[in-house]
Amino acid sequence: MLEEVIIAGFGGQGLMLMGRLLAYAGMLEGEKVAWMPSYGPEMRGGTANCTVIISSEEIASPVVHYPKSVIAMNGPSLDKFEETVQKDGLIVVNSSLVEREVNRNDVAVVRVPANDIANKLGNLKVANMVVLGAYVKKSGVVKLETIFKVLEKTLTGPKQKLIDINKEALKQGAELVIE
Amino acid sequence: MGEKMLMKGNEAIGEAAIRAGCRYYFGYPITPQSELTAYMAKKLLKMKDAAFVQAESEIAAINMVYGAASTGVRVMTSSSSPGISLKQEGISYITCSEIPCVVVNMQRGGPGLGDIQPAQSDYFQAVKGGGHGDYHLIVLAPSSVQELVDLTMDAFDLADKYTNPAMILGDGLLGQMMEAVEFKERPKVELPDKSGWNLTGCKGREHRYVVSFDLDPNILEKWNLNINEKYKKLKEKEVRYEAVNLENADLVIVAYGTVARIAKTTIQMAKKEGINIGLIRPITLFPFPEKIIASTAVKTKKFLTVEMSLGQMVEDVKLAVNGKAEVNFYGRAGGIIPSPEEILKEAKKYL
Repeated sequence: MLEEVIIAGFGGQGLMLMGRLLAYAGMLEGEKVAWMPSYGPEMRGGTANCTVIISSEEIASPVVHYPKSVIAMNGPSLDKFEETVQKDGLIVVNSSLVEREVNRNDVAVVRVPANDIANKLGNLKVANMVVLGAYVKKSGVVKLETIFKVLEKTLTGPKQKLIDINKEALKQGAELVIE
Repeated sequence: MGEKMLMKGNEAIGEAAIRAGCRYYFGYPITPQSELTAYMAKKLLKMKDAAFVQAESEIAAINMVYGAASTGVRVMTSSSSPGISLKQEGISYITCSEIPCVVVNMQRGGPGLGDIQPAQSDYFQAVKGGGHGDYHLIVLAPSSVQELVDLTMDAFDLADKYTNPAMILGDGLLGQMMEAVEFKERPKVELPDKSGWNLTGCKGREHRYVVSFDLDPNILEKWNLNINEKYKKLKEKEVRYEAVNLENADLVIVAYGTVARIAKTTIQMAKKEGINIGLIRPITLFPFPEKIIASTAVKTKKFLTVEMSLGQMVEDVKLAVNGKAEVNFYGRAGGIIPSPEEILKEAKKYL
């Protein structure tokens, strides 16, 4: 198994966290994992991305230019990464912020109205979890239950009360994906 | 066996240092290694018989390291390229004083203030001395977060064993990335006793000196020769490297750290096209793995050194090859990371 995904969007959308949860889940399932942020003078509102690799073999290059999957949390990210996705790969789009269609017809596309769903749940900040839920379900790279387990391990102390809404967001994202 | 943890490279170095018994850290933050300084602050400030100081400058920090090291404790500092340049005077003094410490350089683009993206352009500085005088650091080049852990622990042992500073030469990418790490139970190593030279207060005994100065050239020459003996021993006993796919390789890549990992993907891609590429990855940059390169040069006639610099380690590869094979070079500079695809394209030029 080898999955390489680039998660991209605005700084502040929780991209790095999505990547970390995914990498952590991969590790718990016994795979080799690497998480790499684009780092620089990025700040809230600027563009940012991270790469996650989950593999059953030793991970060679942690730098990926042509990923299997891309999660585009906003329009500029889709513009930047659409062409880089491998043939038969996957693009997951936050359709609340990306109005245009995906031009590629040699990849699978999942459109997730993540901001709308998150708003209905009462917290816009969980839009990232809605998208992550859809991505996990569609790619099958880790089990949704493992992501739940990671949430329980990482959201501790005063953050514990956020577990339920994050789980719900993940579930609703996953439910959008038709098997 | 420890539990697997998902850790950022910079933080993993900090945890490894503490587990290796380092209780003293002096530094000044700089991207892309600031998480390490932050980690040491978070941990050491809560520990007994420990000290963390965010110094007023890198120069102050390295001299605090000098002071702590002269008492025989395990001590570390870290920085990134421009900050490491500032520390060079102190590192030269510490080496001449023959006391151990660990210095971490998570390299970024240079020269000058450069940028904050990963680079390998401090190779010369790390491997050839860096400051003034005839000396070397023990230079270790990790290429994964797990290796950052293992080599940081080794660095403390090697520094103690050879009473010489050891450097972890990483880069911004290794510092920023997260991978699963394990803190394994390590076999106990016999290390020299420090009680003959460390400064502990001279009450009831002869006073001691930890200095890097002697006006008598005859004494200073002897001193230099003694230090040089240690480098000979290092070359005999401590060379480390990883060799991949050297049997029947049409071309051998020599690369360290991050670039070596990228080259491993190049090797896999080449294999699919029926091209056999090998890799020699130096793990110790000083002492440099000359012998394996020399013996490979007899069988494989083509080398390609790949670096995130415009050609530094390639000089040591050429010295090791000694004219027995063709040594080519490919590098990116200024914080650009070469892709596996472009390395393959470059390799094909020579096949």
